[in-house]
Amino acid sequence: MSNTPKTKILVSDLAKTFTMHLQDGLEIPVVSGVNFSVASGECVVLGGPSGSGKSSILKMIYANYRCQKGQILITDQDEIINVAQATPRRIIRLRENTIGYVSQFLRAIPRVPALTLVAEPLIAQGVAEEEALARAGKLLARLNVPQRLWQLPPATFSGGEQQRVNIARGFIAHYPILLLDEPTASLDAANRAVVVELVEEKKEQGVAMVGILHDHDVRDAIADRIVDVTSFASAA
Amino acid sequence: MSAVNQGTEDLPLLQVSNTTKLYGGRIGCKDVSFDLYPGEVLAIVGESGSGKTTLLNCLATRLTPTSGSVSYRNRMDQMRNLYEMSEAERRMLMRTDWGFVHQHPADGLRMTVSAGANVGERLMAVGARNYGNIRDTATDWLGRVEIAEDRIDDDPRAFSGGMRQRLQIARNLVTSPRLIFMDEPTGGLDVSVQARLLDLLRGLVADLGLSVIIVTHDLAVARLLSHRILVMRHGHVIESGLTDQVLDDPQQSYTQLLVSSILQP
Repeated sequence: MSNTPKTKILVSDLAKTFTMHLQDGLEIPVVSGVNFSVASGECVVLGGPSGSGKSSILKMIYANYRCQKGQILITDQDEIINVAQATPRRIIRLRENTIGYVSQFLRAIPRVPALTLVAEPLIAQGVAEEEALARAGKLLARLNVPQRLWQLPPATFSGGEQQRVNIARGFIAHYPILLLDEPTASLDAANRAVVVELVEEKKEQGVAMVGILHDHDVRDAIADRIVDVTSFASAA
Repeated sequence: MSAVNQGTEDLPLLQVSNTTKLYGGRIGCKDVSFDLYPGEVLAIVGESGSGKTTLLNCLATRLTPTSGSVSYRNRMDQMRNLYEMSEAERRMLMRTDWGFVHQHPADGLRMTVSAGANVGERLMAVGARNYGNIRDTATDWLGRVEIAEDRIDDDPRAFSGGMRQRLQIARNLVTSPRLIFMDEPTGGLDVSVQARLLDLLRGLVADLGLSVIIVTHDLAVARLLSHRILVMRHGHVIESGLTDQVLDDPQQSYTQLLVSSILQP
């Protein structure tokens, strides 16, 4: 298969099965034969009903889940890395500089204020703390998170507030590849529009994105292509 | 968690190969091998009796392994097998390049001397002699672990459990070590105190680019602090990998049991 320099992600013949040892080794096939690619500046949305394996595919690209078969090739500057085979150490480096992930739920850390939580990915990429915090503030303001909340740990925030903190944390740093796992699930229309803007800005910067979006308006606004995951259903 | 000096970045700091400790016929830990890189935090998890602490003690030269080797890259960039070093060299490592945070602070502190002296003593062990400088550095470190300046002359018997643990951490970090061993550092602390300690550890590890090997039975602590994880059972490493991958997609039966046994508050 040819791999033009514009291709950032190339998934080929990927398969995932869960083996539940506590249920007598019950095998739950999730997906198989997953094939698609994503180019620089493109947003590919995974389509299909709940349970069809969209999240599992996203998690395999981030190496949060293992896969039983196949390749996930990622362009990392002038290297091509197979996430399915890479060492933990290489994955950690990919996550610092190359692949970002906006999950559905915020994993709040005790005692860490929202502003710091948002600034962390920038600091990890070497941006000075003061500048990182300033940029975190700007982004939180843009996502309509009230300033009085910035210094509080987000554990007690509402679902929508937590999700906006999470979006800010996911979008603040530059990653050439960004994975979006239902980033707009509990947002109102105004904040959904901000997310659409953020995605458009990332496209202009050449970021390759893979998303799961149940919201039709948002999906229509940002998807360049839809990959139907039901076509990868495992023969169960 | 960025880190690390260039040059040696891609070379391991610690190389563990086939480390085995037998207690008579019983297995403490068996055939454990892994590499630890600069700036990496490795968690060792498993239930009581799984061999976590035995392994940690073998790595930190507190126990002599029955077989296998543990090599450490020193500041001269030489890889040395710990068990081929002289006792004096090993003690020097323990006092300067390494730290060991015990579960019970009383095991890692001198309980009858002041907090300041507990921190200052480690500095004197690496050659500091000027009283003013030692006291200033000690005060600075007590501040970093959130112990008020006016407590510097109190001895740790007058401290709460959480404060003692923070003092133990200051005592370990004052000599700018490169590798820290921790044995259940948050065990026995109530949750609010534990949260404060975890937050502190997380910050220090990232800021100082430390390598850490932490033994814990608490998977949430492992998730928060570590990059990689080893799951132990009956003295063997049964599963290892990226921390979030092992916890979110465990492959082995025992790891699935551990993960599914966590209570959700």
